[in-house]
Amino acid sequence: MSAVLRAQALGKRYKQRWALQNCDLDVPAGRVVGLVGPNGAGKSTLLNLASGMLTPTTGTIEVCGGRPATGPAQLAKVGFVAQDTPTYAALSIADHLRMGARLNLSWDNALARERIRRLGLNFKQRAGRLSGGQRAQLALTLGIAKRPELLILDEPVAALDPLARREFMQDLMEAVAEHELSVVLSSHLVSDVERACDYVIVLVDSRVQVAGDIDDLVACHHRLTGPRRDPDTLPAGQHVITASHTDRQTTLLVRTDTAVHDRSWTVSPLGLEDIVLAYMARPTDAVRDTRPALEVLR
Amino acid sequence: MIEFHLNDRSGASPYQQLVQQVRHALRLGLLEVGDRLPTVKEVARQVAVNPNTVLKAYRELELEGLVAARPGVGTFVTRTLADASLASHGPLQKDLRRWLAKARLAGLDDESIEALFMTTFRTAAGEDVA
Repeated sequence: MSAVLRAQALGKRYKQRWALQNCDLDVPAGRVVGLVGPNGAGKSTLLNLASGMLTPTTGTIEVCGGRPATGPAQLAKVGFVAQDTPTYAALSIADHLRMGARLNLSWDNALARERIRRLGLNFKQRAGRLSGGQRAQLALTLGIAKRPELLILDEPVAALDPLARREFMQDLMEAVAEHELSVVLSSHLVSDVERACDYVIVLVDSRVQVAGDIDDLVACHHRLTGPRRDPDTLPAGQHVITASHTDRQTTLLVRTDTAVHDRSWTVSPLGLEDIVLAYMARPTDAVRDTRPALEVLR
Repeated sequence: MIEFHLNDRSGASPYQQLVQQVRHALRLGLLEVGDRLPTVKEVARQVAVNPNTVLKAYRELELEGLVAARPGVGTFVTRTLADASLASHGPLQKDLRRWLAKARLAGLDDESIEALFMTTFRTAAGEDVA
């Protein structure tokens, strides 16, 4: 399958500070990708590079087979909903749809009108008078009605209350089922990502810590607990992500493609949140040497 | 028709939860042969889950021979899990109750009972596999 997002040695520097470094990604099409990481990790930078709002300092990025924002055909392939789902406060919903129709080659006006109607919104309403949830839904409508191959959403639900958050994700998932969209969405909450996404990218401190199919990642990470021992004595195929020790006990979070046979360990399964938190918690220096081995591709 | 729900704290992945819920409904006779499962789009919307996850769950059920997809029509139940074992649920439950009473009498609290059950269950399951 072709890649919807491919980055090689991608980096972005703002004056002295690197916001993104050594980023290699190869995300297959048809996925819903969750980009997770703490605030300031570089999530927005990566998404802005993918949408063509920023240009790389180093390396290359390709989206749907082309350089981002390099002409009308390329622009039509990618929808981008920036952070805080911005809309034009003084313009009405109808104005937004009219603008969408004028600015986009592949605009689906029937789809846009149907969605606004289903949401129970008034076409004459100004965007500035909408609630946060309604504004997010308007931005999502514009993103979907453009009929892109890839929809990029930067923290789309961060500012929404739980109900609006749920409704937004329901609508997004329905659109994915209906239009076979690829989606990349960022969030600092793993719970947002666990249901909606089937692929995750963990970004910490301007670097990709791990990326891969969520079910594959869950299948190959385990928690091992047992009598205290040195993690260096593990078999070659077991990569330690985090280790903690008491005077008697050792707890390890390991990645391994094969079963753990050592009877002295109690092996327990991990949820996505445990795995993501482990990659976030470990020191970034250790990451540099081992990161390529952590990529899960299938 | 079955209505899915996902529990974020269950420890099982969304895909496993969907499979388990269908199997559970088949075992209890809540789903019968010929019943239609909701469409991928319906489930995606209802529980705000990735459509690929629903597809994956349905494919697994299909591999197990429990459902069959008819293109353009839907996914239908082709086999139930209820018939053979449902009759033995009653006696097994009775045994389990008796065992629970014994455990309480021996002074085990709920947590100890659960821990004992789960370790025995896991060990037994592990021996079956090995």
